[in-house]
Amino acid sequence: MKQPAETVTVRHLRKSHGNTLALRDVSFQARAGEICGLIGPDGAGKTTLLRILATLLVPDSGQASIEGLDVVKDYRAIRSRVGYMPGRFSLYQDLTVEENLHFFATLFGTSVQENYELIKDIYSQIEPFRKRRAGALSGGMKQKLALSCALIHQPSVLLLDEPTTGVDAVSRKEFWGMLGRLKLQGLTILVSTPYMDEAGQCDQISLISEGEILRIGTPVEIVRSFRKPLWNARGDDMHRLLLNLREHPAVEACYAFGGNHHLTLRDDSLTPAELSAYLSDRGHAGIRIAEAVPGVEDCYMELLRTPQQTLL
Amino acid sequence: MIRYLLEKEFRQIRRNRFLPRMILAFPLMVLLVFPGAASFEVRNIRLTVVDQDKSPNSRRLVDKAVSSGFFLLSRMSADYAQALDMVERDRADMILEIPRHFERDLVREQRASVRLSANGVNAVKAGVGSAYLTSILADYSRDFSHYGTSLAHVEVVPRFRFNPTLNYIVFMVPALMVMVLTMLCGFLPALNIVGEKEAGTMEQMNVTPVPRFLFIFSKLLPYWLMGFVVLTLCFGAAWLFYGLLPVGNLGVIYLFAALYVLTISGFGLVISNHSRTVQQAMFVMYFVVILLIIMSGLFTPVQSMPPWARALTMLNPLKYLMEVMRMVYLRGSGVADMVTHLTALAGFALFFNTWAVLSYRKTG
Repeated sequence: MKQPAETVTVRHLRKSHGNTLALRDVSFQARAGEICGLIGPDGAGKTTLLRILATLLVPDSGQASIEGLDVVKDYRAIRSRVGYMPGRFSLYQDLTVEENLHFFATLFGTSVQENYELIKDIYSQIEPFRKRRAGALSGGMKQKLALSCALIHQPSVLLLDEPTTGVDAVSRKEFWGMLGRLKLQGLTILVSTPYMDEAGQCDQISLISEGEILRIGTPVEIVRSFRKPLWNARGDDMHRLLLNLREHPAVEACYAFGGNHHLTLRDDSLTPAELSAYLSDRGHAGIRIAEAVPGVEDCYMELLRTPQQTLL
Repeated sequence: MIRYLLEKEFRQIRRNRFLPRMILAFPLMVLLVFPGAASFEVRNIRLTVVDQDKSPNSRRLVDKAVSSGFFLLSRMSADYAQALDMVERDRADMILEIPRHFERDLVREQRASVRLSANGVNAVKAGVGSAYLTSILADYSRDFSHYGTSLAHVEVVPRFRFNPTLNYIVFMVPALMVMVLTMLCGFLPALNIVGEKEAGTMEQMNVTPVPRFLFIFSKLLPYWLMGFVVLTLCFGAAWLFYGLLPVGNLGVIYLFAALYVLTISGFGLVISNHSRTVQQAMFVMYFVVILLIIMSGLFTPVQSMPPWARALTMLNPLKYLMEVMRMVYLRGSGVADMVTHLTALAGFALFFNTWAVLSYRKTG
């Protein structure tokens, strides 16, 4: 079966909730068989975007279509092609694992047997607990059940709203592994996440902030677009170090990054040794400064600082 | 599809630890406990007597009062001050003071006065108690005049049609059935729907191809069924425990009940559409149901309300079904006697369900 190259198309989408503008002029495309990450902090508009695509919200203006079907006009047809997993666990807690799965299968006019192949990889992990009520499952198992239920009608597009938020590191890794295998089966996956470190797992990422897409591209493209010198700095007094670094005229920006500080420079004129001396003069000890490899988070911070670059 | 939705609904109800018990316990409580406890009949009024005459006739009056069964003679008091002291210490509810020369005045002048005092802290007890005692006094004076003089006597004997003994239970039970229907068919499904909203499962349902109205319908139907099963159980219980059978046709009650159930579940839906959490919905319903019950004529007759309140009761669907219940049960009225009620309930059903549909569209 040949699928159109663009499975999900979003054009100039706007949506406001009361007085707050959740999405302002959002456009992007997701190609078939790709994992497309929507990356941004809480309140960026990721959930609103996914809810519009899941036909739960009607946009104020702009169009969105999935496999050529309009999310407003053809919402009924879309519902059988899309699997949606909300950020919060929202299956029936008082029904068992098995009952939930069968229930959602019948609502879509199908059966668990018919589509078992698609969910086998995931469902087999929770099958030993199929008689257990969904409410009594652990967080990781709930997530697997929710994913199984979202897949049971064999959708071609999967919309996942922050599936890894509040999940432990091991389960997160496992979850991305499952998504990777689903992708191989031809699914287009739209997944939102606040974790920048998950960006590398996606084929395409959209960095979102305050209802706007700052940049779209593959993770490699995004990182490559970061052209300024980036250094890593540590010291004994991290807090004062941050303040002093920000005072230095050659430093454009400095922010905490894990256990270190990342700083971007205005130009190449400064050397690490000079900066080190500047810090020693201000009473810092244990200073270590080295060049750093930029990541998606550095790009995100850079884009937030320079909004004029959003025109890409 | 509706079959699977209903199957799921019943499975959830069955699995709920609290709900099935409440569905059974609630009507039983209402029918077996309430009529016995929430009675307007006042008994055991503690009476203290100040008998300053101490004549055979004064004693006869006291005996008559005590033998009526409504009064308990708590103590004879020496004087009024002592009697008042008993009331103040909550040993007595009423004082009957018989003055000196009671017998002499009665024989000589055909008239004598006594003093009745009642503790007004409990207004119902005081009012009903003095009414009882007054009628006992009237009765006493009548007895006395029989052999005293040949004065012509006009006797007023009230007779209560449709409920000759003014049995409280006969009056209350049919009305209480309406409350059971209100809770089961109006509030439970509405709370259930808000519950799905709160749990997020509503959203999960909305991304399936299930039409929303079908989903809502699948929520209402089980409670309608339960409502009618419970109503039938109530009829049975009323007959079994109180020997109460409707004078009129049960079918008439079912017809009106069906209209009422549509009304009240429509109303419940309106509330569920406008509330975001179960807590909000609960509070609004609690507020509304109290208002509806007070204004329904369950405890206080609508006719004795001030005109503005009486006008308000016209908007109370509970009132109509309660009247229908009583009319069918006690008077045997048919549909032709209750056309107003029929149109009112049909109007309410239409109004609330239209509102429910409109508000659902708006929030959806």
